[in-house]
Amino acid sequence: MTTMKTSLAPARVPGREAIAAKGWLSAHKWLLLRRASQLGLLLLFALGPWLGVWIVKGTLTSSLTLDTLPLTDPFFLLQSLAAGHLPYREALIGAVIVIAFYLVVGGRIYCAWICPMNIVTDTAAWLRRRLNLQGGRAPSPTTRYWLLGAILLASFASGTLAWEWINPVSLLHRGLLFGFGAAWAIILGVFLYDLLIATKGWCGHLCPMGATYSLLNFSGVPKVSALRREACDDCLDCYAVCPEPQVIRPALKGEGSPIIASNNCTHCGRCIDVCAQDVFQMTTRFHHRRDGHEQGTDHTAARFGGGGVRPVH
Amino acid sequence: MQLAAAGGAALAGLGLGVHAKQASALPAYAVRPPGALHEPEFLGACVRCGLCVRDCPYNTLKLSAFGDGVAPGTPFFVPRTVACEMCPDIPCVKACPTGALDHALEDINSARMGLAVLIDHETCLNFNGLRCDVCYRVCPLIDKAITLDMQRNQRTGKHAMFLPVVHSDACTGCGKCEHACVLETAAIKVLPRAQAKGELGHHYRLGWEEKARAGHSLLPDKVLELPVRRPGDGS
Ligand code: SF4
Ligand code: SF4
Ligand code: SF4
Ligand code: SF4
Ligand code: SF4
Repeated sequence: MTTMKTSLAPARVPGREAIAAKGWLSAHKWLLLRRASQLGLLLLFALGPWLGVWIVKGTLTSSLTLDTLPLTDPFFLLQSLAAGHLPYREALIGAVIVIAFYLVVGGRIYCAWICPMNIVTDTAAWLRRRLNLQGGRAPSPTTRYWLLGAILLASFASGTLAWEWINPVSLLHRGLLFGFGAAWAIILGVFLYDLLIATKGWCGHLCPMGATYSLLNFSGVPKVSALRREACDDCLDCYAVCPEPQVIRPALKGEGSPIIASNNCTHCGRCIDVCAQDVFQMTTRFHHRRDGHEQGTDHTAARFGGGGVRPVH
Repeated sequence: MQLAAAGGAALAGLGLGVHAKQASALPAYAVRPPGALHEPEFLGACVRCGLCVRDCPYNTLKLSAFGDGVAPGTPFFVPRTVACEMCPDIPCVKACPTGALDHALEDINSARMGLAVLIDHETCLNFNGLRCDVCYRVCPLIDKAITLDMQRNQRTGKHAMFLPVVHSDACTGCGKCEHACVLETAAIKVLPRAQAKGELGHHYRLGWEEKARAGHSLLPDKVLELPVRRPGDGS
């Protein structure tokens, strides 16, 4: 009885210690950069319809920049191919450019730095922590890959882009640029799901678009690394804020490379922000040195042991 | 856990597939842009980018929002609200990166966005003997897509009626006629082609066309020589 946990216990606010240790600004550095990137990109798209300045035309699914550079989202291309349509070269080239970009920077950079839904789910996660809401049930993080497969099958069987009937990511982005209609109901649904039912449920477990980008997330150069992991005082703040908490442990507590190698890491850098001990750093995948020693380089083991395929928690 | 994940995903996929199948017909008030593939193919080809919408100089096209009744994110227009101006350079088609709007369409007059049908004879002013003619006058393919068919006004017995008649071999479905119809609710409506266009049985042959093709009548000379019977001839 004395050990009963209740949600009424005062919650530790992740990041508060970091703010005390290094100041508000550096405890929010990566978050602010990310929001600037997400909102800046949205603004770039909106400049056309709002002010008539056409730098980027279209939406995140397919766009034309400065009337020359075509970009196409690989997840949409996949659905269209599964539905039995081979798009024109323009869309294919656009997808090749996008895929090449993410192979260099890391697929899930999309989630943390571009996707507008990320702001919604981050807010839900933040509110859930603040209100100290507990319980609920999250599906397995691998559900997203099954869902991706099911969507491609459904696209094949129905001949349509099956996920586009309800995809919250494109509904939100398109809604902001072309008008919402009733799309807000879906966005709200995802928000409430993350707030009340499943911690980080959407982006960390279900979103098939994130799953696609996870699959492209094996060769990116920027990497978060628990470079000073011996300084960790087990406050668990990084786990609390990480959208994919299962990716941290192998790097932070493992014997091998301190690089967070899991293909689910979104490179949001929030762990760097909230760590009062400055354990984490943004480095590159080639950066194995720590305190002058050569570190283990077993990326593959860390990657697949690190939650991409099997959840650790 | 894995089983639950796979099962849940399969269920979601099934639901989406079934929904897609059911919801993939275009509502009667909505028409696709020029060059759009047939609806089932279109829904697999359009990536919902809106580039066609952006390049339409007349703001005719709209990108469907969730709940509009048209597949979310796909371009359409509502002829009664705004019609397609049939741009000779067809910028909407050129903008499409996927081929959902077929670049093979080079002459806007061959576009088949929808098909106009004069649905309500009772309210059409011309059917009531007036000379409204508005739909006929605004048609970019006047005298080809819409003609006026002169008929005797049976009610008065001494006037003529000029009935607008749409010809499906020329009508592009631009929507000008429905947009311009002077009635409270248009008597002439532009419908998605799949809903408005009939199709002959594939074994049908039109005698006059076959005759023109052959250069002579296809009937043997004697086939019509039937025995002549006059009243009182027999018993
Ligand atoms: S997981 Fe999906 S919704 Fe979340 S940030 Fe990535 S693409 Fe956006
Ligand atoms: S032909 Fe011109 S007016 Fe018609 S939909 Fe295309 S761009 Fe718009
Ligand atoms: S440009 Fe093509 S792919 Fe994009 S919304 Fe229009 S029809 Fe769809
Ligand atoms: S839709 Fe109407 S105005 Fe346009 S071509 Fe057809 S008959 Fe003419
Ligand atoms: S504009 Fe309307 S009322 Fe006038 S002739 Fe055409 S269909 Fe009839």
